[in-house]
Amino acid sequence: MRGARRSLGRHFRTIILYLVIANGAIGLVLPFLWMISTSLKEHAYSIQFEPGLLPAHPSIDNFIKAWTTSNFQLYFKNSLFVAVTSVVFVVAISAMMAYAFARFTFPGREFIFYTILLVLMVPNIVGLIPQFLLAKALGLRNSLWGLIIFYVAGSVPFNTFLLRGFFETLPRELEDAVLIDGGNYFTIFFRIILPLAKPALATVSIFSFLGFWDELILALTFVDDASKRTLPIAIATLHGQHGTDWGLVFAASIIAVIPVIAIFVSLQRYFVGGLTAGAFKG
Amino acid sequence: MLQTTHLLKVQKYWNTINRMRITQRNQHILTAYLFILPGLLLFLIFVIYPMAKALQMSFYEWSIVPRIPNKLVGLANYARAFQDPIVRLSLRNTIVYTLVTVPGQMILGLLAALLLNSIVRGKILFRVLYYLPVVTSWVIVSLLFKYIFQSPKGVLNHLLGNVLHVIQEPVPWLRYASTAMIPIWCLGIWKGIGWTMVIFLAALQTIPKELYEAAALDGASSWRRLISITLPLMRPTLVFLMVMLMIGAFNVFISVYLITNGGPLQRTEVILSYMYHQAFDFLDFGYGAALSFILAVIIITISFLQIRFLRRPEEMGL
Repeated sequence: MRGARRSLGRHFRTIILYLVIANGAIGLVLPFLWMISTSLKEHAYSIQFEPGLLPAHPSIDNFIKAWTTSNFQLYFKNSLFVAVTSVVFVVAISAMMAYAFARFTFPGREFIFYTILLVLMVPNIVGLIPQFLLAKALGLRNSLWGLIIFYVAGSVPFNTFLLRGFFETLPRELEDAVLIDGGNYFTIFFRIILPLAKPALATVSIFSFLGFWDELILALTFVDDASKRTLPIAIATLHGQHGTDWGLVFAASIIAVIPVIAIFVSLQRYFVGGLTAGAFKG
Repeated sequence: MLQTTHLLKVQKYWNTINRMRITQRNQHILTAYLFILPGLLLFLIFVIYPMAKALQMSFYEWSIVPRIPNKLVGLANYARAFQDPIVRLSLRNTIVYTLVTVPGQMILGLLAALLLNSIVRGKILFRVLYYLPVVTSWVIVSLLFKYIFQSPKGVLNHLLGNVLHVIQEPVPWLRYASTAMIPIWCLGIWKGIGWTMVIFLAALQTIPKELYEAAALDGASSWRRLISITLPLMRPTLVFLMVMLMIGAFNVFISVYLITNGGPLQRTEVILSYMYHQAFDFLDFGYGAALSFILAVIIITISFLQIRFLRRPEEMGL
């Protein structure tokens, strides 16, 4: 009898708990629902302001218009090219650097590593003005490769730091075995370190991809040529030109955000691992 | 005779070993440099050089026309910043943004983590939902919040006026300096809850369950358990989050740039938006560089102080 009442009380508590959690989730997701709803309303309705969450006459006209007009596909391609290429280079270069810091002793090792740590504390934007002048002098403005070079250089320090921490946790016995068997350090790097570090490399790739996909400030500062825009500038510009046509702006935004959500939902276990990697050590 | 040849042999043997060691050591160092070279070059040219250059520029009246030479002005740009009323205003806006959004994200993130930690089913689903704002681009969510806070026909005014009936007239959020920061604060908190939650969730896993069981046996309430067990044991995580969130808050830029662009009348400028306007609208590179260095010094100082004073000595692992 008492046991039954207690379990009833526990059920009641669980229900309240789920209600609170669900409410929080709705509160956090609500702005997105409004974004989707607005993108499904036709042009005229967005201007007239149809207030309800459910569109009276849902239509995908905005998506068709966003996808087919004003070079949107080109911008999508630009973003994809810049983000994917940058990820490949960042992962390769950071992994090489991290391997050297984790396994070698060489003159200048401490100095270089602490310089990297110090730079991590300085806001990136501090170097923005000279970076702009440097890009101009080297002919890297209005060029996707210019963006790639600056993106890669800017994110090598953090990812090197992250990967070094991971490489140091890998067992050394296998590497000694390779050296005894006549292999060299390159064999170790490609045959042992990289395969063992796959989860860490995946995390670095995902976070870097998202960072590059969303990057606005450098792209905004470097790129004037309309054909070299990436999605963040394209969307900000679309808003500037069609300020009141929110349906179109949000349709474009949703298209831009689909790859991000897809990556996040399918690879979310790497997100949690990657986020907490730095949280306890430092 | 025999002795000497023997010694000579040993000597020769040692020499060879040593030579091998030195070449091996040199090879080891050479390999290391090969591995760091690409990253180091990029880092030096595209990160370190611009930062050093920015420091130099901050002491100059930097000319954008090649014919006119740059003028060394010493600390004049910094002195100007300390007298500039807009700098004071943007500094104040940045600090208020930090004081609102950092505790906001931490309290709500902790609450979400505690709630999610106490359920079994649906944990992953809710974690994904709570995390969605974090992965969505700043550009998109900034425009979204601008849309929500529009006036007279924004979503929020519609909800407050037509659904909840708490306001008579639509509030022109973005038109007045007193309310224009509100959407920027809300966005900052909303976008960060998921991230703090995930960090807190991971920290909660590290607390031994026996502690809670013992406390429950002693009749401690859940509030008491939170105050006496959970929070003290998560102290390093709290410090880590505080430092990271504060650095992020001081760097607030894209939301301001897209939602108010510093307006009305520069009343919502934050340090970075003001720096960006000075540098790329007024092409005052020297002044812009000085402003960004002031921000860097503030951020490094506060991070250092937080780590120094909020961490206990035994936690100073770094």
